[in-house]
Amino acid sequence: MAKITLNINKKDYPLEADPQMPLLWAIRDLAGLKGTKYGCGVAQCGACVVHLDGEAVRSCVTKVSRAAGKKVVTIEGLSETNSHPVQKAWQEIDVPQCGYCHSGQIMSAAVLLREKPNPTDQDIDDAMAGNICRCGTYLRIREAIHTAAELQKKTGTKG
Amino acid sequence: MKQFVPKKAATVLSIFIFIVAVGASAFRNDAPVKQITFSTINRDSVESVQAFEIVYKTLMSPRCMNCHPAGDVPLQGDDSHLHAMGPKRGLDGKGVYAMKCSNCHQETNIAGLHMPPGNPEWHLPPAAMKMVFQGKSAHELAKQLVDKKQNGNKDIKKLIEHADDGLVLAGWDPGEGRTLPPVTHAEFKKAWITWLQSGAYAPKK
Ligand code: FES
Ligand code: FES
Repeated sequence: MAKITLNINKKDYPLEADPQMPLLWAIRDLAGLKGTKYGCGVAQCGACVVHLDGEAVRSCVTKVSRAAGKKVVTIEGLSETNSHPVQKAWQEIDVPQCGYCHSGQIMSAAVLLREKPNPTDQDIDDAMAGNICRCGTYLRIREAIHTAAELQKKTGTKG
Repeated sequence: MKQFVPKKAATVLSIFIFIVAVGASAFRNDAPVKQITFSTINRDSVESVQAFEIVYKTLMSPRCMNCHPAGDVPLQGDDSHLHAMGPKRGLDGKGVYAMKCSNCHQETNIAGLHMPPGNPEWHLPPAAMKMVFQGKSAHELAKQLVDKKQNGNKDIKKLIEHADDGLVLAGWDPGEGRTLPPVTHAEFKKAWITWLQSGAYAPKK
């Protein structure tokens, strides 16, 4: 066990954790933020994606020690009022079915739109292929990402 | 009287001596370096090509080739299938958007079967210098490895140093359930250096 302070969604969380603990465990069980989901635990599904210094890491295989001193952003912290263009687009298109995969989908899409504000379908495939949706909402995800790109352009907000 | 050396043989011998003498006298000038290296080339090309056999079978093993694919998606597993979820190379070889290598591949291997192997430098060769191994014949790969335009501008010294690159070494620490390259790193390095220092000859095929 070690004392580790995690900065999650701009707030410091002083935690006691084994440095080898997956970041996902720390986020959900120690910091109590349950928006990020556990799907496979082996970096195969994307349900657990959070931002670590802006990158869409898979928190199930990221050791908590890697996050020390860095900025973690989870779905709860993507925006303060659910107003991130991706979140707005997701609501407008009503993307989720069961919803389980979508915090990961949204976090991945936010990185795509930051790096490629006008993504093509190919860019969307390249960015999102690692986020599995068991309910098969892929077509709505694609549509919502294009919508989010439009919103981002209009409002000038960036992820 | 019986001749000690038959006439014919004596003629051949004297022609031979003449050639050697002409050749040897030429050594006094600096021109005939070519002639000296000519015989060295023959000897070393055999040694060089033999060493490359070991280099080739190592580089074409999944632990090396999987990150030197012909396309832009890395390969996976001992059967070198396309990496699940199709991550792309990207310009710098480190992936794209939400699919960057280090989003899953950590600084070290993760325990357990089929877990992502790790290294701080995990990446493919960059888009401008793809260094493809997959599908290359021994001849093609040997040529490519020493071509500065295709090897990241590496001279022989840099190529030798590259044998101890962190990501090269990672091939011998592949994580659970993955077979090792066919020879040890020490054997590979010895063959690599021998190949390079004896002229880096490409096998015929
Ligand atoms: S839970 Fe992390 S990728 Fe599936
Ligand atoms: S909405 Fe159910 S898994 Fe994606």
